[in-house]
Amino acid sequence: MWLFGKKKQLELPDFWWDYEAHFQQKLPEDIKENVFVALDTETTGFSLTKDRMLCIGALKLMDNSIAVKDIFEVYIEQEHYNAESAPIHGILKRSRRNKVIELDALKQFLVYAKNYILVGHHVKFDVNMINAALQRNGLPKLKNETLDTELLYKRTLLVSSVVERKERFTLDDLAEKFSISKKDRHTALGDAYITAIALLRILERLKPKNIKDLIKRQGPLKFGL
Amino acid sequence: MKNTISERVADFLKSFPPFNALDSKQLDILSMEVVILHKENNAIVFTEKEAPHEHFYVVNKGAIALTKKGSSQILDICDEGDVFGLRPLLAHESYKLEARAHEETILYAVPIKHFKPLALENKRVGNFLIESFASNTRNPYSIKHRGKLYGSGDTAEKLDPKILDLQPISYSTDLITCTEGTKIMNLATTMAKNNVSCILVIKDGLPVGIITDKDLRKKVATGECPITEPAKTIMSSPIITYPSELTLAQAQMAMMKSNISHLILTEDGTPDAPAVGLLSKHDVMVALGNNPAVLLRAIKRAMDAKVLRKIRHGIMNLLQGYLDQNIPIGLVSKIISELNDASTKRVIELSLQKMPSEPPVPFTWLTLGSQGRGEQLLNTDQDNAILFADVPADELEQTRYYFLKLASLISTDLNTIGFEYCPAEMMASNPAWCHSLWEWKEVTGRWINNPGPDEILLSSIFFDYNITYGDRTLADELSDSIFDHARMFPQFLTHLAGGALQNPSPSGFFRDFLVEQDGEHKDFFDLKLRALMPIIDAARVLILSHSIKSINNTAERYEKLAELEPNNKELFQACSYASKALLKFRTKQGLLHNDSGRYIELQRLNKEEKIKLKRTFKTIKEIQSLIEIRFQVKNLIR
Repeated sequence: MWLFGKKKQLELPDFWWDYEAHFQQKLPEDIKENVFVALDTETTGFSLTKDRMLCIGALKLMDNSIAVKDIFEVYIEQEHYNAESAPIHGILKRSRRNKVIELDALKQFLVYAKNYILVGHHVKFDVNMINAALQRNGLPKLKNETLDTELLYKRTLLVSSVVERKERFTLDDLAEKFSISKKDRHTALGDAYITAIALLRILERLKPKNIKDLIKRQGPLKFGL
Repeated sequence: MKNTISERVADFLKSFPPFNALDSKQLDILSMEVVILHKENNAIVFTEKEAPHEHFYVVNKGAIALTKKGSSQILDICDEGDVFGLRPLLAHESYKLEARAHEETILYAVPIKHFKPLALENKRVGNFLIESFASNTRNPYSIKHRGKLYGSGDTAEKLDPKILDLQPISYSTDLITCTEGTKIMNLATTMAKNNVSCILVIKDGLPVGIITDKDLRKKVATGECPITEPAKTIMSSPIITYPSELTLAQAQMAMMKSNISHLILTEDGTPDAPAVGLLSKHDVMVALGNNPAVLLRAIKRAMDAKVLRKIRHGIMNLLQGYLDQNIPIGLVSKIISELNDASTKRVIELSLQKMPSEPPVPFTWLTLGSQGRGEQLLNTDQDNAILFADVPADELEQTRYYFLKLASLISTDLNTIGFEYCPAEMMASNPAWCHSLWEWKEVTGRWINNPGPDEILLSSIFFDYNITYGDRTLADELSDSIFDHARMFPQFLTHLAGGALQNPSPSGFFRDFLVEQDGEHKDFFDLKLRALMPIIDAARVLILSHSIKSINNTAERYEKLAELEPNNKELFQACSYASKALLKFRTKQGLLHNDSGRYIELQRLNKEEKIKLKRTFKTIKEIQSLIEIRFQVKNLIR
């Protein structure tokens, strides 16, 4: 069996090995030295098996700054199409945008994301969507650390048993709380931008000590007495 | 070449000068090169004498304060859409001022390398740069520095406050006019509708006369002249006109010389040219920006939250000035709270206008916590609640829905002005803080009957409510209900007193300060928790035990207590003094560090300040022991 496994591994394309090689490096401890990749995907629906990614949008955040030039935005050619979701993301099947095939999109994304921390609102969904696509193309899963802005946002609120609070927060909620303009909502890059700004404002409130602390803060609160 | 983010940047920039002069292609190219920066509160963008950066900055969200290094006096506040840090880049010299984030801020950094060719290429951009050097008075509360792009003069000279008088003044260009034949009653209606104190009389496009409130009072209200007469009979004519490039000092002189309160500004300064603007005494006062009455009027006239936000910067300047002049803190807090209240009230009025319909029943907007006590001098969180009149059960949710919607409008605007959202969601936009009278009676009754630690905490925040807007009778009825409950369950007061004693002690065994042991504020002294809260909590429980309503301010509560209990007069007076001293302390610290003033770095206090602080601790200990004995807190199982 191991032979089979090894053989399959050897078949992986070069860009995957390049991607993996980045993970030999440890993430810097200081938050300011870390690059965060805020991402969002537009998909035909919520099913990991049936539905497909139509677009990946991402931008890099480092030391409180975002370079407009250095963003990532690809539209993907897909056979599967769901007319119901089209009004949300506005990507039509025969739109005139330049599209690439899924494998190329993934390749470009891996080159862009390196070993950086992926940030998203409900990031698990986007990561799972990308992983499903990777799997379809015979590739392993993403190896990046992730941060979820919903979980982190909840940590900024006071924990009190007396005030009832919402359990779920949408990206719209965050945009409102942090007064971020909701322009370009439901475009992958537009949502990625809102997520990035939300992360900045959350960081200011949480003031995590280092990167490990920040990742840990997503988990449920433990009360030590 | 563009992407979703660069489009977003371009979309923002296109509405502000000088970028509005660029064509969309140029703007697209420039936007691609922008770097979006996030600055936390008090983060420095650049400092004095620093070599020029490769970018200049546009404020996207938040505000940037420009100061002279080492001075707390803010020279200018750059708001949304304002450009700063450009002049040094063009002049190839180091920065003359320090720019620091006045609140959490998002900046667009525009590279000079890519902007300069556009500025040279595009005449309108170049003209803007020159013009904005020549005059810029958009923010009347500060000495101008923004936009001085090609300026060569020494900055230190401009910083002299006396030179402020020579700043060009902003005037209203929105002229309200009538003709000579307009009937007095009609022109008075126009004035009332536009909320102005004077109207210009125009003939053939030229100004020929002016009618002010004074004319109406003296010539019409006295019966001398009936309201059906034409404007011509009462107007002041001929008029005195001035050119529009008037400085503050010139304007003041002109008004004094001719003993008039309104100046008419024409294109060339003569009466033979069309009027371009009107300058009232009020404008002059606003420009001086140091008068609460003027600020109050500006608040009442504000048409949206953004204007209010600017006025609030003025309020902060005023506060700083008062503290510098050592004006009694009791008076200061009254004035500032009054202004805060007026801002909130104005926000509510504006939000009501935005609602599709009138409120279904009367309601009251309650401000809670420190704002309710009139002790909120700095911008802190918004704590508020809505209390609306009882409705039949089947209409309750529908009514609540209306008020929740209203509350979320209000809360968003308050946030725009600078009141942060309450992190515990104690806001009227939360269904738990938006109740009918009957429901509030129930809720508060429950707190009083089952005083657990949470209920005590909620009571201590809620019971300091102050009516900011709406029906007073509703709140009075609620207060009565609370007192009735408190009388029926005297244990509640004991628990409340217990709560007041739970705050950690300010000083240790050797009378030294106790500082925070860990966390973000390690080695800082928590002024709010260790000093202010105990004294505030004590005042609340004592005043509730006397069933005194509608005194919320802690210092005033102690003064009232001194009156009610002559035998404890001295202690209560000391408490009143201590609460004022602590409030002043906190405000000063907050202004100094541009934060809430809650945490104090002890090393930075001088000996005198430390002694002052310690003196209040003694009073805190005394009032705590009085409470402990009076309400028999020892009997509580803790």
